[in-house]
Amino acid sequence: MSALLPGATPLARHRQLAAIWRNPGGWGRFSAVNHTILGLRFIVTACVFFLIGGILAMLLRTQLATPENPFMGPAIYNQVFTMHGTVMMFLFAIPLIEGIALYLLPKLLGARDLAFPRLSAFGYWCYLFGGSMLLTSLVLGIAPDGGWFMYTPLSSATYTPGINADFWLLGITFVEISAICAAVEFTVTVLKVRTGGMSLDRMPLMAWYLLVTAVMMLAGFPPLILGSILLEIERAFDLPFFDPSRGGSPLLWQHLFWLFGHPEVYIIFLPAAGALSTMIPVFAGRPIVGYAWIVCAIIALAFLSFGLWVHHMFTVGIPHLALAFFSVASLLVAIPTAVQIFAWLATLASGRPRLTVPMHFVMGFFFVFVAGGLTGVMVAVVPFNWQIHDTHFVVAHLHYVLVGGFVLPLIGAAYYWLPQITGRRPVHGLGRIAFWMIFIGFNLTFLVMHLTGLLGMPRRVHSYAAGLGWELPNLVSSFGAFLLAMGFALFAVDLVLQLRYGRRSRRNPWGAASLDWSIPRPPTAYTFASLPRIEGRDPLLDDAGLPAAIAAGRGYLAEPPAGQMETLGVAVTSGRPDQVIILPGPSFLPLVTAAGLGVFFVCFLLDLYRWPDWGCGPGLWGGCSVRDGGTWSVWTATSIAKEQP
Amino acid sequence: MDRVAGDGDPRIDIAALRAQRLGIVAVHGRFPSLGAAGLLLTACGGPLSILDPATAPTERIADLWWVMLAAALLILAGVMLLFLLPFQRDGRSRPVSARAYLLGGGIVFPVVTLTVLLVYALGFGQWLLPRPLEDVVRVEARGQQWWWEFTHENEQGEPVRVANALHLPAGRPIEVTVVSADVIHSFWVPRLAGKLDAVPGHVNVLRIDPAEPGTYAGVCAEFCGLDHAEMRFSVIVHPAEDYAGALAEAAAETR
Repeated sequence: MSALLPGATPLARHRQLAAIWRNPGGWGRFSAVNHTILGLRFIVTACVFFLIGGILAMLLRTQLATPENPFMGPAIYNQVFTMHGTVMMFLFAIPLIEGIALYLLPKLLGARDLAFPRLSAFGYWCYLFGGSMLLTSLVLGIAPDGGWFMYTPLSSATYTPGINADFWLLGITFVEISAICAAVEFTVTVLKVRTGGMSLDRMPLMAWYLLVTAVMMLAGFPPLILGSILLEIERAFDLPFFDPSRGGSPLLWQHLFWLFGHPEVYIIFLPAAGALSTMIPVFAGRPIVGYAWIVCAIIALAFLSFGLWVHHMFTVGIPHLALAFFSVASLLVAIPTAVQIFAWLATLASGRPRLTVPMHFVMGFFFVFVAGGLTGVMVAVVPFNWQIHDTHFVVAHLHYVLVGGFVLPLIGAAYYWLPQITGRRPVHGLGRIAFWMIFIGFNLTFLVMHLTGLLGMPRRVHSYAAGLGWELPNLVSSFGAFLLAMGFALFAVDLVLQLRYGRRSRRNPWGAASLDWSIPRPPTAYTFASLPRIEGRDPLLDDAGLPAAIAAGRGYLAEPPAGQMETLGVAVTSGRPDQVIILPGPSFLPLVTAAGLGVFFVCFLLDLYRWPDWGCGPGLWGGCSVRDGGTWSVWTATSIAKEQP
Repeated sequence: MDRVAGDGDPRIDIAALRAQRLGIVAVHGRFPSLGAAGLLLTACGGPLSILDPATAPTERIADLWWVMLAAALLILAGVMLLFLLPFQRDGRSRPVSARAYLLGGGIVFPVVTLTVLLVYALGFGQWLLPRPLEDVVRVEARGQQWWWEFTHENEQGEPVRVANALHLPAGRPIEVTVVSADVIHSFWVPRLAGKLDAVPGHVNVLRIDPAEPGTYAGVCAEFCGLDHAEMRFSVIVHPAEDYAGALAEAAAETR
């Protein structure tokens, strides 16, 4: 049944779609499943955790600024450095990626929402509740203190009695449920939920990056979840998986942890690289050079990244031949990275690049990430690794890779996409100042930290003696860290100013070619008034009138049947429309399910092993409801889509 | 520098001063003609510095670092130049050879440089491994929360156990058996050798060839709980002829 006549005005279409896709207000906000809302919730929550992780980092640098500093004792210091790493990796980086992908994917793919909106909502609540558990432990002073890597047997019940480690194992497992949900969601969405005509080789590169990231998450997170469950079972029920005195193996934990932990680095890097592959062509004013090269490179990267986890374990006494294998793999992984770097350089060289605010951060990325990659090659060299492993050299290296390969590109991406999110223009001067403060502060902190490591300072020490040559570099690092923090603060101020005082932005202010800039800004709940048919990789360059055509309903699904949230399902490779997907609407079930799961985890945490039955009840009930009422059962073809709009 | 290791033995302070002097002499000995570089290297000194090596393997590792640093700086400068140059041009864009960039920079260059590095590094790693040798002195380092127990064997074949101080003879190959009594620790004396983890249930063997007598600082490098930072120790290398006497003295002190 079509409620709209074919000749309806864009305004009438907008009103009807907005009514169908309306997000509930008041308490109903807890039932939202819309990707734009959930994406922003993930992003804001992740930024709050970044703030917390950043404050922890400032505490660490305060403690290490001077030798024999009485500011923190080892008990507190161990909690602070453990939580800094844990918060940044699990509660900031991964959820931020999920948020960005949730927000952007349908807009890039020409879809109205993701494949399983209620699954995204469930993932968000798992993330929020799991993160809150960890935060609670921090506030109560009983936070995990065994390092973010939780090596056994130190983290076993014998050497870490008490509840601290359980917070980590259960909280992180809870949070990782959201990562698995997101991975399933993104994989299906990229493969099936696109607009008509968008074949795989016409997808924006960002979608390729997120697809590969999602598949890596599907393969990479289970080892961590398995390891966490085994260790929690060992701690709770004394089954000695990792206890060498009873036939267990402490190295099994390291293998499971790094089998997750190394791909994790690339899971974090790839979406940021996707943002770079999006921004660089726009600011160079020409399409990306080597699209197919980049796609091949990231697939190769995904495979290789699962074959080099042992380079975190070069000093545990593994035979040299095995080390050689992983050393080769660690160096090999530099090749697909180099392909991407040179594809970006070629794009810049063949265009006329503009040094905008986002491009400042791209420049920062090039310097910091390439430097981090080069020290990465050094640490993959086995004899050198035997010296600098577990020193501050490695701390410096990993911050070069993660801040250079993730934080800097994403701040650039924030400046790039904010006009799309808020519909406002940035206050430009501040962005440049923030960049230079972050760039100089970062290098002061971490460039000098390489030297601290070479002078022999081990990681994870709360205090050090004077006279070892470490005083000056540590003081410089601490000074740089505070400059860095002020740079981030200035970036936050700039965001608030833009939201509050920024002038209205034009549509597509940067002259981008992808579909995310073809819709109204800020985005409407239904995203696309009609789904455009795509004929090439750069739809907005091919047809400048596309935004008007979308609004005027000259695309797929322009006349929605009353009350049904429709989007298009396409054939995986060709992008030929083959079904109309009716998506489920807002629901409290994801919240109820996550809350039930939360009861289960809290009961386990408090050693109430009979109680989890009670927690399981609502959890399982909610889970079944999500499945039956929410996602799969309505995910059927209701009509065969027309070939042409 | 008032102390090197965590044990307050006054003898070690004197030995530490001697070690410091030896370190500086060694630095100038290696680079006699480079005054400025010598100064820079003195700044790189320190009882735990990787850049102030005291054995042949650690010296090779330090040299490898300087070579890798120079190469890395060159590559970084090249990439930044390629990044910045397009911004300097005004006017028209010009077509560049995508093939030269992708094939040359993305594949050929990293394959060639990494292969060279890899072949060298693997040969080097193989050379560092402990090989069966006659005349080897065997000692055991047992890590525990939060100290090291070192077991030596004296001439009578009796064990001599010392806390936080490892006594070695100069000029003879040493095999340190690194084990743990509880959690994972890591045995590291930066000026003598790379680190090796002490993993419960495992027996790892580290080869050291101390050439110069002196006192060398060591630390636990793997996070091992509350007092990880305090888990320091020293390695005292005696002239070969004094070794037996030094062990006897240490045994007497322990008793």
